[in-house]
Amino acid sequence: MRDVAVIGVGMNRWGELWDKSLRAIFVESALAAMDDAGVDHIDAMLIGCMTSGLFTEQEHLASLLSDYLAVNPVGAVRVESACSSGGNAVRLGLIQVASGAADIVLVGGVEKMTDVDGGGATAALATAADTEYESYHGATFPALYALIARAHMERYGTTREQLASVAVKNHENGSLNPRAQFRNKLTIEDVLNSSAVADPLRLLDCSPITDGSAAVILAPVEMAKKLGKPVVKITGSGIATDSIALHSRDDLTYLKATERAAEQAYAQAGIGPKDVDFAEVHDCFTIAEICVTEALGFFERGQGARAAQAGETSRNGKRPVNASGGLKSKGHPVGATGVAQIVELTEQLRGTAGDRQLKSPRRGLAQNMGGTGGSTTVHILEVTP
Amino acid sequence: MNTSPRYWREIPQRYRLEGGRCTTCGKIHYPPRLICPECKGRAFETVALPLDGKVLTYTVVHVGPSGFSDETPYALGIIELAGGVRLMSQIVDVDLESLKVGMPVRMEFRCIQKEGASGLLCYGHKCVPA
Repeated sequence: MRDVAVIGVGMNRWGELWDKSLRAIFVESALAAMDDAGVDHIDAMLIGCMTSGLFTEQEHLASLLSDYLAVNPVGAVRVESACSSGGNAVRLGLIQVASGAADIVLVGGVEKMTDVDGGGATAALATAADTEYESYHGATFPALYALIARAHMERYGTTREQLASVAVKNHENGSLNPRAQFRNKLTIEDVLNSSAVADPLRLLDCSPITDGSAAVILAPVEMAKKLGKPVVKITGSGIATDSIALHSRDDLTYLKATERAAEQAYAQAGIGPKDVDFAEVHDCFTIAEICVTEALGFFERGQGARAAQAGETSRNGKRPVNASGGLKSKGHPVGATGVAQIVELTEQLRGTAGDRQLKSPRRGLAQNMGGTGGSTTVHILEVTP
Repeated sequence: MNTSPRYWREIPQRYRLEGGRCTTCGKIHYPPRLICPECKGRAFETVALPLDGKVLTYTVVHVGPSGFSDETPYALGIIELAGGVRLMSQIVDVDLESLKVGMPVRMEFRCIQKEGASGLLCYGHKCVPA
């Protein structure tokens, strides 16, 4: 297997992009990634997208997007695993380069979510749950994460204020990110006083509905070394599934697929959780970031909320989490999120993250999950100056 | 547009709360499965689930999906039935302020939703305080 590097990244501002189509949003970031890498062709393309069919009545994205990116004919595949579609696309692109099947692979993620109304978006996202045994009964994603939050609060004494501290931190970070959908800062009171969505979660505990795309170019490390930029290598990759229905899990508060995917990525990179300088994780809801940081081994079980409130995951803390603003502030175009995490890690490791730049990090981790944790990918990136 | 077979084939589980008991390891699965995740056994017998259980965790939904938006606020919970089987259910006929983790409930046959443009009435179980 060959070592693989990220040689190009591309991403535009996320938000409610009424004037841009799905294909335009994708092509903009894909071209930016190709320009950043300095490549004029690609050997293969992977597209992470959850449900363009329900959001825009457009499927067959591999062909649509390769056509509009002007890279036909090319080996292109669309990858779906709910909100971890992007992370899964990254992993499959990595495997193509590592195996020698392709040299230059474009991995993109895209979602156009605002062409349907709020009820339509909620229903489309609910297809990431068990349609017949969760959504059938009126479960929404905020409701499912609320069930996790309640269980976490009962078991570990996690408080409403601790949950809110995650949103406050991520908006603080996102205020420094020119691509973020919401750059406003929040207070704990703002979160606690926002409208109820699914008790105990409130509006400002939830990531938003977002249009957006992100793209990265993967290539062999040997090729990356010739480009005259810091070499950002993918040193670990892991993937795992868990039951799609929350009620089928033994422990409602623990993300087993995240633990398993992280174990694989740590083992491949030859490191442990303590060796990670910073992380981009899947904070689709405030409780999610807490559960994820526990499952990644950053904190003991039940300690994630306390750690967030104590500032351990703030940009000046021991291990910054979601310096980009995370899903909460940056936005969450579901299929693009996992790819955007790789964009953020790469820019931080290159030292080109602008106002939100962390102090010379060497090693970053990205965790991307689908549904309530039914699918998860974890990637570890390291820089050689 | 959804078709009636999609609804009809789930009737044994939804109307009669039928699960599948693995004849190898004894684990009861709801809904029934073709292979047991515990022991990989492939032989099952149909069992009716007990109707009594307790609330493991709950939420009150204030923003519902299409089809449920007229019903908000409504309570949803993960219920553990006697014997250990867990399922998702609405908790109804209850003061939403009185909901508690651990509260005893009983499953009752109810209308769950009206599906699609045709308004097909879909039934199943909801739980009420026991």
